Amino acid sequence: MQFDTPATSNPIDQLKVVGKPIHRIDGELKTTGRAMYAYEWYDPAVRYAYGYPVGAAIAKGHVIFIDSAAAKTAPGVLGVVTTLDVGDLEKGKLNTAKLFGGSEIQHYHQAIAVVVAETFEQACAAAALIKVEYAAEKGAFDLRAEMTHARTPDPSTEPDSSAGDFQAAFDTAAVTLDAEYSTPDQSHSMMEPHASIAAWDGDKVTVWTSSQMIDWWRTDLATTLGIDKEHVHLMSPFIGGGFGGKLFLRADAVLAALAAKAIGRPVKVALPRPMIPNNTTHRPATIQRIRIGAEHDGKITAIAHESWSGDLPGGGPETAVMQTRLLYAGENRMTAMKLATLDLPEGNAMRAPGEAPGLMALEIAIDEMSEKLGIDPIEFRIKNDTQVDPENPERPFSHRDLVGCLTLGAEKFGWAERARPGARRQGNWLVGIGVAAAFRNNLVMPSGARVKLDRDGVVTVETDMTDIGTGSYTIIAQTAAEMMGVGMDKVAVQLGDSRFPVSAGSGGQFGANSATSGVYAACVKLREAVSSKLGFNSADVVFENGDVRSGNRIVPLAEAAGEDGLVGEDTMEWGDLTKTHQQSTFGAHFVEVGVDIATGETRIRRMLAVCAAGRILNPITARSQVIGAMTMGAGGALSEELAVDTRHGFFVNHDLAGYEVPVHADIPHQEVIFMDETDPYSSPMKAKGVGELGLCGVSAAIANAIYNATGVRVRHYPITLDKLIGDLPDVA
Amino acid sequence: MKAFSYERASTVEGAAKAAAQTPNAKFIAGGTNLLDLMKLEIETPSHLIDVNGLGLDTIEKTAEGGIRIGALVRNTDLAADNSVRRDYGLLSRALVAGASGQLRNRATTAGNLLQRTRCPYFYDSNQPCNKRQPGTGCSAIGGVTRQLGVVGVSDACIATHPSDMAVAMRALDAVIETIKPDGAKRAIPIADFHRLPGDTPHIETALDHGELITSVVLPAPIGGKHIYRKTRDRASYAFALVSVAAVIQADGRGKVAVGGVAPKPWRAEAAEDELRKGAHALASALLADARPTQQNDFKISLTERTLSAVLAEARG
Ligand SMILES: Cc1cc2nc3c(=O)[nH]c(=O)nc-3n(C[C@H](O)[C@H](O)[C@H](O)COP(=O)(O)OP(=O)(O)OC[C@H]3O[C@@H](n4cnc5c(N)ncnc54)[C@H](O)[C@@H]3O)c2cc1C
Ligand code: SF4
Repeated sequence: MQFDTPATSNPIDQLKVVGKPIHRIDGELKTTGRAMYAYEWYDPAVRYAYGYPVGAAIAKGHVIFIDSAAAKTAPGVLGVVTTLDVGDLEKGKLNTAKLFGGSEIQHYHQAIAVVVAETFEQACAAAALIKVEYAAEKGAFDLRAEMTHARTPDPSTEPDSSAGDFQAAFDTAAVTLDAEYSTPDQSHSMMEPHASIAAWDGDKVTVWTSSQMIDWWRTDLATTLGIDKEHVHLMSPFIGGGFGGKLFLRADAVLAALAAKAIGRPVKVALPRPMIPNNTTHRPATIQRIRIGAEHDGKITAIAHESWSGDLPGGGPETAVMQTRLLYAGENRMTAMKLATLDLPEGNAMRAPGEAPGLMALEIAIDEMSEKLGIDPIEFRIKNDTQVDPENPERPFSHRDLVGCLTLGAEKFGWAERARPGARRQGNWLVGIGVAAAFRNNLVMPSGARVKLDRDGVVTVETDMTDIGTGSYTIIAQTAAEMMGVGMDKVAVQLGDSRFPVSAGSGGQFGANSATSGVYAACVKLREAVSSKLGFNSADVVFENGDVRSGNRIVPLAEAAGEDGLVGEDTMEWGDLTKTHQQSTFGAHFVEVGVDIATGETRIRRMLAVCAAGRILNPITARSQVIGAMTMGAGGALSEELAVDTRHGFFVNHDLAGYEVPVHADIPHQEVIFMDETDPYSSPMKAKGVGELGLCGVSAAIANAIYNATGVRVRHYPITLDKLIGDLPDVA
Repeated sequence: MKAFSYERASTVEGAAKAAAQTPNAKFIAGGTNLLDLMKLEIETPSHLIDVNGLGLDTIEKTAEGGIRIGALVRNTDLAADNSVRRDYGLLSRALVAGASGQLRNRATTAGNLLQRTRCPYFYDSNQPCNKRQPGTGCSAIGGVTRQLGVVGVSDACIATHPSDMAVAMRALDAVIETIKPDGAKRAIPIADFHRLPGDTPHIETALDHGELITSVVLPAPIGGKHIYRKTRDRASYAFALVSVAAVIQADGRGKVAVGGVAPKPWRAEAAEDELRKGAHALASALLADARPTQQNDFKISLTERTLSAVLAEARG
């Protein structure tokens, strides 16, 4: 099905099942431990062997020699596969750094060997016996030091944009801001580590893994192993979080496949937690410069956003300027990205890539600017709202209600009570509130599904879509139930298997809208098959209560399916509505913090997000996405930073003790409000993404609340107490 | 993890004796620190002696009016004990400020005193570390040092001792009771228990090989206000950037130990004379010999500010 004109009314609009607060259908499996994650896959008839990976001890250079003699003779060891043994392997198309094979080391903890043994402990002990000789080379590890060598990245990343004459307008603006901000490298830190089990059958391999994108992994694994894609069967039915860290093929799958081949038995490989931050990808650090010029009345006349980030050769920039092209009006504008070569691990997508760090900077700048102008920050944002793409004013937004989010949020949160910076004190706490806009583009991806109707009237959906904890199982079931006119109890959903039609996968907050649209398309096919089998005129057929009805003829679906059942399969493809109309999601974050007047410790007290993201398919799972994202944003604002050893080129705090994500005690009362809206330009579901929106802007809202509490403006994340105490009032 | 043999000790004497028989043996109590370190092969004992069956899990009154805390009393139980909460509130507060509920349920009094540093380079066996591998050098110096020590450190090591409990015990003048493999018993004042790194940062305590901690004795209660204040980057489940353990009397005198700044719980009895002059004077005296790095220089003012918050609370 091609979606190229705005949706009109369709069966989803009945909202009998879609849009209802239905608890996740896989919840019971998960809470009772019966949902099998990659490493837990278990067939009692199979003797699994355990692979333990070895990571490089240098950041750049070559492996000269790997002495695995002692490891090979250690108790229980079945084999050792080294990067020198396998030689150069073709790199997956979507990987920047190679995952394994050959002598070159591109980053710290790059996989250089896997030791396979009968037990996990034996493999782990033997791995420590491997001795490696390296020829280390000097590398570049410090973004700030490399800033001056940074270059404009590949034109395909659209690094530059402009409209009007920024410089002239900025030079003559009545009020201006010119400030620098920075965001650190961040780690996805999902609960479930990267893990895979590989089993060969002749020249075919089956891999149970933890992947957000089945087809991307399958393709790149086939490329890396040098085998036909049809010979790779990938399964990832349950995933313990990804946040972008499992978008692209990872070393565990490659090592498991190579090790299983080498020893002739199925092999399990998980990346040990301390290896994950340096072995896999991370969100790259940024340095950003923002300039804004405005009239005294608050109208922005000039806005510029530049961002510097680094990556390995062949990598791309963190696209931190993207939202600035679209969020606020202003006739004269420019954005630019610069990319430095860094020999740190691969920088790549982490939840809301671009917008998350971009808004961390932009939304502080907006707060600073409104203060300079003496205008309330909400009013300032509303004044500069735009209903068209400011760089291409002939392109309207499909639907944009940022103003609604800001005003409703202000009312619910009690914004009017905001005091002057540093003026509100409760005991030892300086208390403040802050606001920031949330903005994230709505992306769509082709997405396929197969829907089967069997003789019991059960509808089974098959798609290679993944559920990374988001609720895909549930919203897909809701979509199929709505389309086929059956209850949730009559729908089964099978996900994450490369034998199923290729879907959007989970990423870029495109999963929910795209994948349910694919299911919609397949259901349309199935409805046609049912109608045609019954000789109904499909235009006036009603699917309701497990029956199919046309005029006064009513046939139970089970009967319509017959002994052999019926199948509908289709892929939703997207026309150019995303080109003619800018499709984005919007929100407003409100945060109250307390900052300890003596120690500078910031503790969040209240958070509210108001989101305008099209039709909400399931308010429970959508809320979970938003509060999870708000939590992630709290970590980004206050504690998360991969600390770079700029001498040796690695992230030093590479475990969950050193890389501090929020814990329960950090997260107070959180509230989420969804605007009641639909966007017919986005899809037949009229829904948009919401999984990343909740992270966009929230860190800046915290930063702005800290400023309001203390009067201390911190522009470099994370806002740890050491950046505040020097400027807090004397307490002696 | 390296393969190891394992035995359960049933008597205190037997445990110490068993440890002396294998050069590379270690006691294991809650295992919350030792096991993690074994998994990373930072600790590689060839033999483990499980001391969980030794009893040593009671809190008793001493003849002097204080309490004797068994080495195996769990952190949770110690924090919840009525006499501790009444007479040594500082200790309860320090304990619950540490780790998480699950860890405290396992962690023991002796194990907590002996937990090892959280220096990130100590945890990465690719990196040279004098504490982990004597003589290889210190990777932290010149690297990422935000969490590390500012006082009592040496050119060989600038790591901190991460315990909260030990800081409270230092302020409370605890005494650590041990038994050696030959059956000899001794009592080590906590001030002498942890050692400064000097040239030998791998030697962290006064214990001999095979010497078993049997109990920790607290002297008779001294009254006063008991305050434990831990500053950290997140609200829970994080090690201290700076912590202050204080017992402040109505007349303004008191005892103060500081955590998160040094290779051992940091206290200078002489500095306490400055207490009545306020936080600045006290911090200056306590940290007179500090040599922070650029990244952890903030711990100096943070110590002073935390002290001033504690003194204000004591007055309030
Ligand atoms: C994630 C995490 C967070 C933490 N956060 C904090 C925190 O915020 N604050 C804090 O203070 N602590 C914290 N801890 C550390 C925790 O307090 C210690 O791990 C715990 O106290 C150790 O006690 P254990 O009984 O488990 O010791 P074990 O791991 O069993 O042993 C530790 C050491 O003590 C030795 N030992 C044990 N018993 C005896 C004995 N009777 N005689 C002689 N030697 C003995 C062992 O040989 C070993 O060397 C944290 C730990 C973790 C894992
Ligand atoms: S500070 Fe101490 S523990 Fe850390 S690397 Fe240096 S020697 Fe090792």
